[in-house]
Amino acid sequence: MLIAQPQSMTFDASLPLQSGASIRGYTLAYETYGRLNADKSNAVLICHALNASHHVAGVYEGQPRSEGWWDNMIGPGKPVDTDKFFVIGVNNLGSCFGSTGPMHVNPDTNKVYGADFPVVTVEDWVNAQARLLDALGIQTLAAVMGGSLGGMQALSWTLQYPGRVRHAVVVASAPNLNAENIAFNEVARRAIVTDPDFHGGHFYEHGVIPKRGLRIARMIGHITYLSDDVMNEKFGRELRSAVAGTAREGYQYTTQDIEFQIESYLRYQGDKFSEYFDANTYLLITRALDYFDPARRHDGDLSRALAAARCKFLLVSFSTDWRFSPKRSREIVKALLDNRRELSYAEIDAPHGHDAFLLDDARYMKLVRSYFQGVAQELAA
Amino acid sequence: MSDRLTLETIASLVPQGARVLDLGCGDGALLAHLQATRGCSGYGIEIADDNVLACVQRGVNVIQLNLDEGLALFEDQSFDVVLQIDTLQHLRNAETVLRETARVGRMGIVAFPNFAHWPNRLSVLGGRMPVTRRLPYQWYDTPNIRVGTHADLEVLAQRNGLQILDSFGLHNGRLQRFLPNLLASTAVLKFSR
Repeated sequence: MLIAQPQSMTFDASLPLQSGASIRGYTLAYETYGRLNADKSNAVLICHALNASHHVAGVYEGQPRSEGWWDNMIGPGKPVDTDKFFVIGVNNLGSCFGSTGPMHVNPDTNKVYGADFPVVTVEDWVNAQARLLDALGIQTLAAVMGGSLGGMQALSWTLQYPGRVRHAVVVASAPNLNAENIAFNEVARRAIVTDPDFHGGHFYEHGVIPKRGLRIARMIGHITYLSDDVMNEKFGRELRSAVAGTAREGYQYTTQDIEFQIESYLRYQGDKFSEYFDANTYLLITRALDYFDPARRHDGDLSRALAAARCKFLLVSFSTDWRFSPKRSREIVKALLDNRRELSYAEIDAPHGHDAFLLDDARYMKLVRSYFQGVAQELAA
Repeated sequence: MSDRLTLETIASLVPQGARVLDLGCGDGALLAHLQATRGCSGYGIEIADDNVLACVQRGVNVIQLNLDEGLALFEDQSFDVVLQIDTLQHLRNAETVLRETARVGRMGIVAFPNFAHWPNRLSVLGGRMPVTRRLPYQWYDTPNIRVGTHADLEVLAQRNGLQILDSFGLHNGRLQRFLPNLLASTAVLKFSR
């Protein structure tokens, strides 16, 4: 079993942000797995999505159930093989798992950032990740990889640092969010912001947490990560009473208590999430999703935007993913083709919706494994 | 039609260093061969998961796509050669994809089983659909949903205003220029817009 060791690095130099603001004296939490080879050419950076962290693979000492969020994909002998690659997971700025975020003290004011934490973008995260790599002495990545929002970071790497990336693996991602996607994010944000315990983002000093808002935000998120089919298969119209063994069978005729199993599931997921996730982080990260749009600086022309990319690509989408649909991945494919970039693209016919990128699908796993075997062969050549 | 000699014969039709799009590229063997021996580059298009995987294993660029949905991903004349080797017979929109082949490629090369090859004719004369090495399927479970002849292919190309650059047969991996519609199991057409 791979034992993960969380590390952190503090950066004194100010990091200029896309908004024009900057952040200084910040810390990045990260983990590494495997060994960096002598010429430092086998590094793979894994970028995380909304609610994940630098804990990508392995477990923490003495905590057998603390698997990293992509442990099925990354580790010794796994598709991204840590016996061959030096894999790095970084917690992004503004997150709530160890890197500097809204719950920390702003060195300029000596007060907790709260709602004053600067708005960060995908591009800012990539710049921060690049500084970490600089500090680790890694000039070029064998590959950068991510799913969903993580895929956006991987794509952005190829545009911001084209000379530092040999391969990009972009899974279940999109070149930007469409209106529907921004709408879902906005509903989640409003749920948080309108929670009386939010206090304009400065809830820390009131000793409360806007849990109601976080719960609802997570419930909405969860609905969009699953497919209709999977939700029906998993829950259908099953009643809570059939499972919980209530005195009265069938409908309980209640408007506020849990009646259907899907409600029970969503409430459970919401409760769990509200225990560990930070409300300001949720706002920041969903905003970073909304803002990502590399074509924007090129009059909406994605082909022109991706002209900067130099590396080879593997893109993967999932047929039932309606939040980051195959159509969106094909837009990236088209833009890369217009630029004659080397790429492979697979559309996995999986039932699980957006969540599929985190699950074990044999075709998906084999594909990523084969791709990384090719990356490893290039290194050996 | 996966035998080595046929593959090499088809490959010899592709100019050195060409940028190639291979529609229905299977396991990527032809593209890998073109890359290794003729300095070509490009992409394969495949719908089947196992073939997509095989291509990635070979280091061949592959894009998973249903050809019947067209080639909207590709710009006009963006490839030197577009190959359609043993693909046309599986396509619902065979005519559209033929036109798309000519739109995307400066040159198109189509190869498909020639139903008018004489053993097939004999079989049909005898009242039965042919089952041969080239057409090994029973009529009720064949993946070949488009059955045509060499002559039919030429007519279709002409009807779509395509310029036929060359037209010949392939049999047992060898060129068949004399009476290809009768004597070759595979029809090959080279064309452009």
